Amino acid sequence: MKKLESLITSADNQRPDPSRRWFLQTSALAGAGFLIGCSEEPAAPTGAETAAPAMPAEPVDAAFNAFLRISSDNTVTVVVKHLDKGQGVTTGLPTIVAEELDAAWDQMRFEFAPANAALYNNTLMGPVQVTGGSSSVSNSWMQLRQAAAGARAMLVQAAAQTWGVAASAVQVSGGMVTSGQNSASFGELAAAAAELTPPEQPELKSPDQFKLIGTRLPRLDSNAKTDGTAQFTIDIDRPGMLMAAIAHPPRFGATVRSVDDAAARAMAGVEDVVQTPRGVAVVADSFWTAVKARDALTIDWDFSASENRGSEELRSYLKELVAGEPGGIARNDGDVEVALGSAARVIEADFEFPFLAHATMEPMNCVVELSETGCEIWTGSQIQTLDQGAVAALTGLAPEQININTVYAGGSFGRRADPDSSFVVEAVMIAQAINGRAPVKLQWTRENDMRAGRYRPISQHRLRAGLNEQGDIVAWHHSMAIQSFLAGTPFAMMLQDGVDATAVEGARGLPYAIPNLKVDQTLAEIGVPGLWWRSVGHTHNGYVTEVFFDELAQAAGKDPVELRRSLLASQPRHLAVLELAAEKAEWGAPVADGKGRGFALHESFGSVVAQVVDVSIGDNGVFSVDRVVCAVDCGIAVNPDVVAAQMEGGIGYGLSAALAEAVTLVDGEVQEGNFDRYLPLRISQMPEVEVHIVPSEADPTGVGEPGLPPLAPALANALAQASGKWIRKLPIGRQLQA
Amino acid sequence: MPIDLTVNGQPQTVDVPPDKPLLWVLREDLGLTGTKFGCGIAQCGSCTVHLNGSPTRACVLPVSAAAGQEVTTVEGVSGDAAMAVRNAWRKLDVVQCGYCQSGQMMSATSLLASNPSPSDEEINRAMRGNVCRCATYVRIRDAIHEAAKELEA
Ligand code: FES
Ligand code: FES
Repeated sequence: MKKLESLITSADNQRPDPSRRWFLQTSALAGAGFLIGCSEEPAAPTGAETAAPAMPAEPVDAAFNAFLRISSDNTVTVVVKHLDKGQGVTTGLPTIVAEELDAAWDQMRFEFAPANAALYNNTLMGPVQVTGGSSSVSNSWMQLRQAAAGARAMLVQAAAQTWGVAASAVQVSGGMVTSGQNSASFGELAAAAAELTPPEQPELKSPDQFKLIGTRLPRLDSNAKTDGTAQFTIDIDRPGMLMAAIAHPPRFGATVRSVDDAAARAMAGVEDVVQTPRGVAVVADSFWTAVKARDALTIDWDFSASENRGSEELRSYLKELVAGEPGGIARNDGDVEVALGSAARVIEADFEFPFLAHATMEPMNCVVELSETGCEIWTGSQIQTLDQGAVAALTGLAPEQININTVYAGGSFGRRADPDSSFVVEAVMIAQAINGRAPVKLQWTRENDMRAGRYRPISQHRLRAGLNEQGDIVAWHHSMAIQSFLAGTPFAMMLQDGVDATAVEGARGLPYAIPNLKVDQTLAEIGVPGLWWRSVGHTHNGYVTEVFFDELAQAAGKDPVELRRSLLASQPRHLAVLELAAEKAEWGAPVADGKGRGFALHESFGSVVAQVVDVSIGDNGVFSVDRVVCAVDCGIAVNPDVVAAQMEGGIGYGLSAALAEAVTLVDGEVQEGNFDRYLPLRISQMPEVEVHIVPSEADPTGVGEPGLPPLAPALANALAQASGKWIRKLPIGRQLQA
Repeated sequence: MPIDLTVNGQPQTVDVPPDKPLLWVLREDLGLTGTKFGCGIAQCGSCTVHLNGSPTRACVLPVSAAAGQEVTTVEGVSGDAAMAVRNAWRKLDVVQCGYCQSGQMMSATSLLASNPSPSDEEINRAMRGNVCRCATYVRIRDAIHEAAKELEA
C-alpha cells in the first residue's frame, strides 16, 4: 500500500519534459505561411499552389493536446499511451481519434507515449499508466473522443477566422475543412488551430454518425511488422552497448553462495561478470558470447530458503486446502448447505489446473542507459509507472528521471505487467554493477523466460451442486484453493476478507439464476511467483463453471444450451450472445458419430463471449478441433476486424493451454525450459474460426482477453459429448487415450 | 577467422567465432534485426531465413556452415512469391504482435516458391515449424491461399 502511495505521489509530480520529441512544437515559424501550399497528399506539394512562402523543409507539428498532433505535412499523429503487444491498440486508438476528428484514415500515424502517469494513466485504474485488463480502448474511449472532438472544433474555428465565416458554416470530412468555395487540409490549418482554446465540452458524435468506427480499416502496424522494420526491445541498439545474459536461481528464492567465473572471464569478448540480487550476469560484446560465458559459470546456490516443493507436493497441499475450512467467502446467496441437504441429487467434481507460462515469442528483455542524472530505458512494459518507481527506488533517481521508451512487445499476455518489474530491475542492476559505463541490453534466453517465473498459478477446485426432482439446479457451491495473484504486489489492497478478487473472478459472477450459490476461496502460500495470464481468474473459473454446468445438464437430462437459456432470462446480453452463437453453429442439428459439439459462455472484462467447438475423435481417443464459432458482445466494435483477430488469438492461446501446456516442478525446479517440452499450439492444430459480433451502441468493452475463457470448456464439453468422459484436469494431454 | 557469405545479394565478410549462429551474426554483426530470436533450438521458426533458397533456422546454423552461401532475410527477400506473401499479409492484416511474422513469411515464401497452390494440408505441413503465440494461424492459412491466388493471376 505504502509503495503504491509513493508511486501515486511520484506520478503526480511528473511534468512533461519540453525537450522530448512528443511535446508540443507550436513554434512561431509554423505561422500562417503554410496555410497555403499543402496539398492533401502529404508528400507531394505541387508547384502551382506554392507561389507564396516556400514550404518549410521539415514538417512542423502542432500539438492540440497530449494525445494528438497535426503536422504541416497533413499527417495526424496519435500519442498511444498503451503498450502494443499485438492487441491492435495502435489501430484502435487512432480510429477513435480519426472518427471524432473526421480525418481520413490514410493520414493517421501513431507513436508511443512516454512513461508519464500524470498525462497517460489508465482512466479506469487510477493514477498509474497501465495496459491491462483488456481496457485500452474502453479507458481511452471518452478521453480520445473528447481530445479529438476538441481538436476538430479548433480546426473549424481556425478556418472560420481565416475565411471570415461563421463556425457553423464550416464542414469537416475526410481530413478536409470546407465552407462554400473555401477549403483547407488539416495540415494547412493546424498551426493556427493549435493556438486556439478547445471548447470545454466539445460535441461528440452519436453512434449513427460514425463513419470509421465499425468499419474495416487497415492496421497501422501491418507494414512495419511485415518488412522487418518494426522495432522490438531485442532490436534496440545504442552506441557502445553491451549484451547481458543472466543465470537465475534454479529454484525460487535460492541465493548465491559462491561463483567461480574464471572460465567465463577468460572468454574473448567477455567484459564483466556481475552478481545481482536476481542472479549472476555476464556482460559481453555479443549475446552469443554472453550466453556461452554464462553457461561456463559454476555457481553454488543456497537452497535453504527457497521453494523446494515439486508440483506433486503442491498439488497435495492444494487438495488439503480445498477440503478444509475456506479462508474467505466471495459470494453467498441463500443457504447452500440446506439446499444441498434437501436436494434430490448432489453432483460433485474436482478440477485441477497447472502453472502456465506466458511464453511470449520475444523472451523478456530490457535496454538500460544509466547516468548520474537519469536512466533511459527501452522496453515493452504494461505498467510503466511501477517500473519507474522500482528503478527510482533502486537508483535513488526521481521517477521523472526515469525515461521509459515504449517499443513493440513480441507478445505479453500479462507477462510484461510485472508487479516487481523483474526484467527491468535486473537490467538496471546489471548497469549499476558496471557503473553505467555502457548501455546494457539484458536479453533472457527462452530457458530464462520459462524458468525465471511468473506463471498463471496452479489451483484446485471442488464443485458441488444440488438438483431437485425436476432437474433444476437448486444449489451451487464452488470452493477453490489457489495462490493469490495480488499478495505481495502493490495491488494487495484488492485483497479483501481473505478473498483475492482476481482469483475468484468468473466464479463469483456466475450469471445463472441459482437460488443458493456460494463461492469460497483459500489462498495458498507458494513460493513460486504467480502472475496474471491472459484473462487472469477467468482462465480457470471459466472452465470450472462451464464444464460443471454441462455435467449438471447431462445429469438433469437437459440440453445444455436450453438449460442456460432458461437460467439467463434476466441477462439480455448473455442471451443475445448465446442465441447468436447457437444459431451460427446450428446448435441442435444432429452431430455424427465420432464428432462432438460443445458450448460455453463466459463474461469477462465487460464483454460476453460464447463459443461452439466442433471436434472429431477416433476410437483411440486421438481428436482434432475442427471449428470454433464465436459470438461476442463487446459494446461498439471500434475495429471489427481487430475484434475478430483478438477472438481468434484468444481461442488459439486458450486452445494451446488446454491441449498441452503445463509448467511442472520437481524439487522446486521448473522442468520445461523450451518449446521442446512446453508445447505451444501449431498451425496444424488450429481450427477454423468464425467470429460474429453482436451489434451494439454501448461503450466498448474488452476484447484482448474475453475470447479465451470459453474455449477450453466448450472443447471439453464437445469431447464429453463425443467420448462420454469429462476432463477435470488440464491440460487435456493424452487423458482420452488412456 | 574471417568468413565470407552473401547476404541479401551483397558479399559480406565477418570476423566472428565460427560457431556463432548465423542468427546472431545477422542481427549483431550485420545489423539485420528483422530475423528474430525465439527459442535458439530450432523449435519456433522465428529465425527462419533462406539458405540458397531453402528455409533454414538461423539460430542453430553455425555461421561457418553458411560460408560461401547465399543467405536471404526478410529485409532482402524478393521475387513474385515474396511480394505476393507480403501483399497478402497486409491485405488480411495477419500480424498481431508481429514478432514471429518474419519467420512465418520466409517459410510461406519458400512454400509458394516450390508449390504455388498449396492445400490446407500442405500449408499445415510446411508451416508447422513456425510458432505464433498470438495464434494468427487462421489468417496465415488464408493469406497463403490469397498469395497463391495473386501468383496465379
Ligand atoms: S529461434 Fe530459431 S527456431 Fe526458434
Ligand atoms: S504475431 Fe505474435 S507471435 Fe505471431
